[in-house]
Amino acid sequence: MRQYWSFFKMRLMAGLQYRSAALAGMSTQFVWGGMEILLYRAFWLEHPERFPMGMEALSSYIWLQQAFLTLFALWNWEHDILESVKTGAVSYELLRPTDIYSMWMARSVANRLARAALRMVPVLVVSSLLPSPWGLRLPASPAAFGVFLLSAVLMVLVVCAYSLLVYALTFYLTDPNGLMVLSVACADLLGGAIVPLPFLPDGLRQFAQLTPFGSMQNVPLRLFTEDIPLSQAPAVMGLQVFWIVTLITAGYLLTQKGLRRAVILGG
Amino acid sequence: MIEMKGISKTYRVRRREAGLGNAFKSLFSRDYTEIPALRDMTFTVPDGQILGYIGPNGAGKSTTIKILSGILRPDSGVCRVDGLVPWENRKEHVARLGVVFGQRSQLWWDVPVRESFDLLRDIYRVPEPTYRENLDRLTALLELGDLLKTPARMLSLGQRMRCEIAAALLHGPKVLFLDEPTIGLDAVSKLKVREFILEQNRLCGTTVLLTTHDMQDIDALCSRVLLIGKGQLLLDGDTAQIRAMAGEDLSTEEAVADLYRRFGI
Repeated sequence: MRQYWSFFKMRLMAGLQYRSAALAGMSTQFVWGGMEILLYRAFWLEHPERFPMGMEALSSYIWLQQAFLTLFALWNWEHDILESVKTGAVSYELLRPTDIYSMWMARSVANRLARAALRMVPVLVVSSLLPSPWGLRLPASPAAFGVFLLSAVLMVLVVCAYSLLVYALTFYLTDPNGLMVLSVACADLLGGAIVPLPFLPDGLRQFAQLTPFGSMQNVPLRLFTEDIPLSQAPAVMGLQVFWIVTLITAGYLLTQKGLRRAVILGG
Repeated sequence: MIEMKGISKTYRVRRREAGLGNAFKSLFSRDYTEIPALRDMTFTVPDGQILGYIGPNGAGKSTTIKILSGILRPDSGVCRVDGLVPWENRKEHVARLGVVFGQRSQLWWDVPVRESFDLLRDIYRVPEPTYRENLDRLTALLELGDLLKTPARMLSLGQRMRCEIAAALLHGPKVLFLDEPTIGLDAVSKLKVREFILEQNRLCGTTVLLTTHDMQDIDALCSRVLLIGKGQLLLDGDTAQIRAMAGEDLSTEEAVADLYRRFGI
């Protein structure tokens, strides 16, 4: 365990030094969040009764999304890992007495935490100062906040396990780009990145919630805004756990098999 | 002790002629060519020896190193390093192994060297007192000093190579593989690296397997030389024997070139 903790720390420290990237990202997130809220505001003023979410909940959803973007955005790949699989350099990782999948997991989680840690605070602070209903509001009940935190942890694991599955599949593909673009597109639509899932039409919405993408940002953000009521928390978080177990199992097995193949084909 | 007995390895390479038509054809049927990288390779290295492993490009040197370090699985043959089969007991095997690839870095690029070292300590689970002792010794011998506080990307090649060698020895491995450790180094750095390898071997009894194209490395370090070509072992002896075989009073460099020509490799 100590080994993986060290990988985690190392990646975290490395990630914390990209200050200008964080600054640029942060300003983008302010502008983007603001624009989204203006857009939804126009629809909301027209027909507030036909809105599937309250405006206040929607604003909180958008600001949280902007604050934690790098934590769950699927496009935040760990490029070092992809590159090492593509070039075969990954076989040199076999020179260490470690398990590669666990090491990847430690690095992926750390990469996401580091990038989010650098930019979330200003977004959270400024957006919570905005007037209602345009700003970020804490949930009314501490219980909702509690399940939000727990499901956010689960979300990071779902996202990382999914990324690792893509890295593992890279062993079998000449170029993983197609798979990556497709994954990001699915996550954007089905994960509630472009529009929150309540805005999707019936049928598609229920389907989206069942996919692994629906277990990503969708769950913690909507638990926070109490758009998913507390009573449903065990069900949605249970689904998150299901996806974590499934994705990790698949990714782990594919990595082991892929490495054996790489060993046979030659570094 | 390193033992290799009858090790063979063949790579399968996909081939096609140039051109659009052939590219289209290869969508349906693919041609493979078998390239033998190692043929019936057999040798033994006793503990504490510094062995030079030489041969022209494509002779099978890297393949041998990869098999011995457990990265590659041979098609046939028996291989044991201190009783372990490298590709089967990978974790135990690599824990006792140190590897330096001259053309590849094991240091983390953006963080000070010391942080990479600390990470290696945790990866190999080196007890703190042992780690301190090894680090102090390596710092003194390789003159690392302030380099430890510098990010790896800001080191010169010579400085980086000294750090790489230290990184490979922090966990006190019994066997050290060096793949072109002096490539691209200036005269002073080369001498330092060679001096250190001898010192390490003398003090710790580390078995060293050195692959290089630099015959001065071989002259300075190796008590025994294996010459391979086209995946086969051609000669097993010392530098004096190589020079004697080539006849006249050639330098090792010229003698080896002469042998390459004579073996047609």
